[in-house]
Amino acid sequence: MSSVTDQVDDFFAGERPPALLVLADGSVFEGEAIGAAPPGGVATGELVFNTVLSGYQEVVTDPSYAGQVVAFTYPHIGNYGVTPDDDEARRPWCQGIVVRDVPPRPSSWRSRESLEGFLVRHGVPGITGVDTRRLTRRVREAGAMGCAFGTADEDTLRAAAAAEPGTTGRDLVSDVTTGELYRVGTGALHVVAYDFGVKQTMLECLGELATVTVVPASFPADDALALGPDGVFLSNGPGDPAALPAQVGIVESLLGRVPVFGICLGHQLLATALGGRTYKLPFGHHGGNHPVRRVASGVVEITSQNHNYAVAEDSLVRGGKPVAEVTHVNLNDGVVEGIRATSVPAFGVQYHPEAGPGPHDARYLFDDFVDLMREEKR
Amino acid sequence: MPRRTDIESILVIGSGPIVIGQACEFDYSGTQACRVLRSEGYRVVLANSNPATIMTDPGLADRTYVEPLDAEVLAAIIERERPDALLPTLGGQTALNLAMAMVERGVLDELGVQLIGANAEAISTAEDRDRFKAAMEDIGLEVPASGFAHSLSEALDVGEQIGFPIMIRPSFILGGAGTGQARDRDELARLAAEGLAASPVHQILIERSIAGWKEFELEVMRDRVDNCVVVCSIENLDPMGVHTGDSITVAPAQTLSDVEYQAMRDDAFACIRRVGVETGGSNIQFAVHPGTGRRLVIEMNPRVSRSSALASKATGFPIAKIAARLAVGYTLDEIANDITGATPASFEPTIDYVVTKIPRWAFEKLPGAPDRLGTRMQSVGEVMAIGRTFPESLQKAIRSLEQGRHGLNADIGEGRYELLDDDELVARAAEPTPERVFHLEAALRRGISVEDVAAATGVDPWFLDELMRIVVARRQVEAAGAAGVGAFDRRHWRRMKRLGFSDAQLAYLLNGSRPSSQSPVTEADVRAAREAAGVVPTFKTVDTCGAEFAAHTPYHYATYEDEDEVRPSERPRVVILGSGPNRIGQGIEFDYCCVHASVALREAGYETVMVNCNPETVSTDYDTSDRLYFEPLTAEDVANVLQAETAAGAESGQPVVGVVVSLGGQTPLKLAHALPPGVVLGTSPASIDLAEDRERWNGLCEQLGIPQPPGGTATTVDEALAVAHKVGYPVLVRPSYVLGGRAMEIVYDDERLQQVVADLHGSLLREGGTPAERPVLVDRFLEDAVEVDVDAVRDRCGEVLVAGIMEHVEEAGVHSGDSACALPPQSLEPEVLDTLRRHTAAIAEALQVVGLLNVQYAVKDAHVYVLEANPRASRTVPFVAKATGVPLAKVAARLLVGDTLAALRDEGLLHPPVQGGYVAVKEAVLPFSRFPGVDTLLGPEMRSTGEVMGVGSTFGLAFAKSQIAAGTALPAEGTVFLSLADRDKQVGLEAARGFSALGFSLAATSGTAAFLESNGVPVATVVAKVGETGAADAVELIASGRVQLVVNTPRGRGPRADGLHIRSAALAHQVPCLTTVAAARAAAAGMADWRHHGLSVVSLQEVHAADGAR
Ligand SMILES: Nc1ncnc2c1ncn2[C@@H]1O[C@H](COP(=O)(O)OP(=O)(O)O)[C@@H](O)[C@H]1O
Ligand SMILES: Nc1ncnc2c1ncn2[C@@H]1O[C@H](COP(=O)(O)OP(=O)(O)O)[C@@H](O)[C@H]1O
Ligand SMILES: [Mg+2]
Ligand SMILES: [Mg+2]
Repeated sequence: MSSVTDQVDDFFAGERPPALLVLADGSVFEGEAIGAAPPGGVATGELVFNTVLSGYQEVVTDPSYAGQVVAFTYPHIGNYGVTPDDDEARRPWCQGIVVRDVPPRPSSWRSRESLEGFLVRHGVPGITGVDTRRLTRRVREAGAMGCAFGTADEDTLRAAAAAEPGTTGRDLVSDVTTGELYRVGTGALHVVAYDFGVKQTMLECLGELATVTVVPASFPADDALALGPDGVFLSNGPGDPAALPAQVGIVESLLGRVPVFGICLGHQLLATALGGRTYKLPFGHHGGNHPVRRVASGVVEITSQNHNYAVAEDSLVRGGKPVAEVTHVNLNDGVVEGIRATSVPAFGVQYHPEAGPGPHDARYLFDDFVDLMREEKR
Repeated sequence: MPRRTDIESILVIGSGPIVIGQACEFDYSGTQACRVLRSEGYRVVLANSNPATIMTDPGLADRTYVEPLDAEVLAAIIERERPDALLPTLGGQTALNLAMAMVERGVLDELGVQLIGANAEAISTAEDRDRFKAAMEDIGLEVPASGFAHSLSEALDVGEQIGFPIMIRPSFILGGAGTGQARDRDELARLAAEGLAASPVHQILIERSIAGWKEFELEVMRDRVDNCVVVCSIENLDPMGVHTGDSITVAPAQTLSDVEYQAMRDDAFACIRRVGVETGGSNIQFAVHPGTGRRLVIEMNPRVSRSSALASKATGFPIAKIAARLAVGYTLDEIANDITGATPASFEPTIDYVVTKIPRWAFEKLPGAPDRLGTRMQSVGEVMAIGRTFPESLQKAIRSLEQGRHGLNADIGEGRYELLDDDELVARAAEPTPERVFHLEAALRRGISVEDVAAATGVDPWFLDELMRIVVARRQVEAAGAAGVGAFDRRHWRRMKRLGFSDAQLAYLLNGSRPSSQSPVTEADVRAAREAAGVVPTFKTVDTCGAEFAAHTPYHYATYEDEDEVRPSERPRVVILGSGPNRIGQGIEFDYCCVHASVALREAGYETVMVNCNPETVSTDYDTSDRLYFEPLTAEDVANVLQAETAAGAESGQPVVGVVVSLGGQTPLKLAHALPPGVVLGTSPASIDLAEDRERWNGLCEQLGIPQPPGGTATTVDEALAVAHKVGYPVLVRPSYVLGGRAMEIVYDDERLQQVVADLHGSLLREGGTPAERPVLVDRFLEDAVEVDVDAVRDRCGEVLVAGIMEHVEEAGVHSGDSACALPPQSLEPEVLDTLRRHTAAIAEALQVVGLLNVQYAVKDAHVYVLEANPRASRTVPFVAKATGVPLAKVAARLLVGDTLAALRDEGLLHPPVQGGYVAVKEAVLPFSRFPGVDTLLGPEMRSTGEVMGVGSTFGLAFAKSQIAAGTALPAEGTVFLSLADRDKQVGLEAARGFSALGFSLAATSGTAAFLESNGVPVATVVAKVGETGAADAVELIASGRVQLVVNTPRGRGPRADGLHIRSAALAHQVPCLTTVAAARAAAAGMADWRHHGLSVVSLQEVHAADGAR
């Protein structure tokens, strides 16, 4: 039971310990510590902001956030608690979260645990009470950057923030990928899914259409083909695609031998394998409201996005010949959001058709994958 | 693809008068539409009967018809204008219904007019509850089980099938008679019987009640290539069972997980696609079971709505503007998001703050109406507040309401809840009333658990936990506060301000815990202390994207954070204080004035800064002014804006020129004193006081030799009696400093007088005033006097322009806001008009008015008495502007910043009023149909929610039009039933002669009948005298449908005076009812002219051009 009498004490009774957030550029934000207590009162990571209004649990458990600290622009985070049903991975992967406010308790028939309890249980630190709008404006101007937060003193945090490597050039995939093969879903078609940090919702979408064998990020191409798949799926994942030459090699040797569908990091690896190039966006796309145009039909879909890197449109040519056509474009900034290989059965999208969190407008892409596999079968 | 080129002219239909359920949100949407369509190069024809709107400014359309929104009339307009297309989705239910009427009459086909925005099929699928339910079922969406019944037994059968609890919903029933919840068979039997009796078609809708479920709403947009976006999600704090319009609502939805939200979003798109709304905005309401997440569709509106206005203000995404573009062929991705400038409108806004809307009700003005909220909307206005968290936005919203509350309790107002014991308190919280949220806080503060309160009220625990934070913090201040402001450091202050506490609340809490020996802490002490501690507000920006992209529109709200986003300014700025929530007595007219001021001053090179908290209005559209502050209109919040704006000019050395307080009604006027000396533009606060302070005002009139009704002021009952005995009964009693004749009463004897004065003091105390501050005014009541309204302006050099003299149709005693009036005046002698002008000029001079002045007079036997003078914009400013072509509010705004009438003439802004031989009549629109228990009698307390205007070549025609527009359609033939007070019989005789000359047969109560017959007017039907045992006869006569018009004036003027049952019968059976003989006489004249001339429509542009004088 929660009544005022058991809550009123002196002014800051039951208050959380004061904490600070410091960015690599030296800017400092006040707040209070929540979640797990990081060693020495210092948590670090590359700071990115996410603009979703709901879906914090999916974000926190999305392996693509490995190495990053996520700041939520919506102030109330944790309202409806957390439930195992909404996990995108067995555990959270982000380095920490920054919020303006967490509620005293969750309220939802689905909730099994409070967000704070969940963070503590999984050793994820956080900071609340922060002017997250000021923070977002800063990152918008200066780009994603290292940060440190916690109960440690300002100088310690400043030093830690400056030392934070960020994700550029880092292979974070090997941390998050599965150790061994496993199967999900049922269906006549057989898909081999490379786990670079795959989201649960993605496997559910595939699993509804095919039998899926999930394999580790370094699984050799020939072994994959030996499993006799109708298609290969390249999942999302964290960090810098340029830091993954081995995976690019794997994709190269798959292309032309089996239909390939890549999402997010998978899409970037596909593009790289086709001879394309990726680059880092100033502060990336992280949210559930990005408009993307399907080039073929002109139709606009509202998409779920989470990427710091993107494919350079002008890089999709070899010897004056286009290796892939751009199928989807972000209407906010023209960033390439989808490609289809011109000479081999392969396509990819930069954003997240599986949603989780976010709109379902692009779920049709999984059916496109099925169609592609069927055509190739004939 | 660019806009459609196959259409050139478009007819836009407005929503008519402000009524409950359709307020100025449709002026906001209509105005945006007109602007957009014209900027796209279309010829815009507008039809709207409401003169107080911005959209009916002649400048906003090529042809503006301020004509009744009636099928006949609209057909005539279409006939005359031959538009290519009709856009019906921006004028609320009224516009949709009219459009459907045009379709049914075949007018559109015949004249080749296309419906754009929504087609007939889609409209009827959404509007017809049966068809809608069927449509939802065939796309697999669940709706509450329901069925229609035409007899008691049928009702009981349907009830058994559906299962209890059951909700009986009105179909074609006025005032919600027979609406309600039935928990079992007996209750169903009772309610069904009532409902069937009340329903003219003997039909009731029986629906499974899901009261207590969570209620949500999604604002959706769709374009012609089927792109769909959700602009905003809204969650109601009040669970299902309270109309959304009467609920506290919050954006975005707070308690839906993404899984649930996305499923709801999918349903919403499926719904809009199935219904077939081709382009534009729609809102879809859902109910969600708190324990299982089961989701039902409640209804869909295939048009912009009150909620879409709220969503637009809440997100910065201008739904109506974009809907208008979509209607002419654009797709969402072809339209730019003008806040970011860089990104397209085909996206879903994300926000980084919380928005709370609270309705404002007017039960205090409607004795006889229980303040119980239900499934029919009863509120007359609303406020919106923006904060970074829910507690902050809730407390800001509460103080925006201007009901004497400084936030969620923690002020004098909370005293009344202490009297209730725990059970009573929880019981009160459980029943939806305007005070519910205060009951909730009080209950939690008592130590009643969130679980228990949630169980009793159905309010989601998330909201209650947030209220609990306010409670806990408050308790902590009280605990720590004994030492006064010294007890707190930066962290304390910041924490309290972040929870939305006002300085006034903090002062109250600190005083509560201090020994009375110490001098009380004032609001100013608190402000000083927290500012010294460095706790000052920061202004953030509403930008549609959570700061992901740079914003170009300075649309701000205050909160307590690190960073302030107000941009420096290079130009002189004028701050305009708006009029806050619509309420009876202060409505859209004042928003009109504020918007005109903004437009005029921008044209004159100033940067305008709007401060207001009403989400329905044009003034809170982010592109009406250069800068918009969406803030409560309180001393503290306005001071914050002034500080911010002063700082914004610090670098450039550009000052805040001043603050406009005279155009937003009583709201900003009350703030004049709280402002730094010298910043008030125009008439000085001193003069404002002089006009408001009766003693001094009387002195002034005496000195000017202007007669007033004899009277005086009283702060005690005895003083009141003394005055009454001096001037003689009847007397008119009312508090000073209120608008709309609030709590005003005509009193005939000592006993009643004592009562009234005592009650007044009680109510004033509750609003935080004391008798001493707010004396009671007692005046001799002038019976049967003609009332006159005069609107004038004066410039700083002393030139006075009398812009309009309006003669009221109803006699003095009927509030100016509730009576019809004509411009030009119809019966006043030249010398009377002369006197009125002289007096008005003298008063303007004496008060050193700069800007607008409104004076009300009563003329009795050619003697002119002044009733009151308001040195500010009046309710009639827009009417005068539309009737005379003088842009009165714009002119006034320019005078406020020092321009002169002469200069404005040279500039061409001001030219003489038109005298085109047209007569304009303003008629009031009353909310009685929503409140069955309320007497429809007019009196000195204003009760109308809106107004209409009729224009014609004669008074009769204009009056007849105004009646049609107001919904009192005068019959062409049939029986007129008269029941008159003795003092009204002479005038009544004229009216009766008129009616029978027109071939109406007359019915009357015995007394009236005898009088008429003795004067040679035949009376066909005589019924028993009112009040007699057989009085039911009169009611039966009306109920039987054999009467087409009722004229009933009561003897005496007490509240609920006799004849009530006649007026109630007329109301219940929708028979037009006139309650003054003056109106009856005018009606007879109107019908005669109508017969003689027939229907003809005229646009404002023609009226203003048809100026003989120029
Ligand atoms: N089946 C029901 N049970 C309980 N309350 C209901 C039910 N249907 C509607 N309501 C309540 O009545 C209100 C008005 O109903 P709605 O269908 O939206 O009519 P309107 O056209 O007046 O908006 C809703 O906001 C909701 O709170
Ligand atoms: N002495 C009076 N005799 C007759 N009617 C009066 C008198 N004083 C006021 N009234 C009526 O009461 C109405 C409201 O009074 P007014 O002073 O205008 O208050 P408000 O400030 O609400 O407009 C007037 O419109 C008029 O019809
Ligand atoms: Mg509704
Ligand atoms: Mg008045």
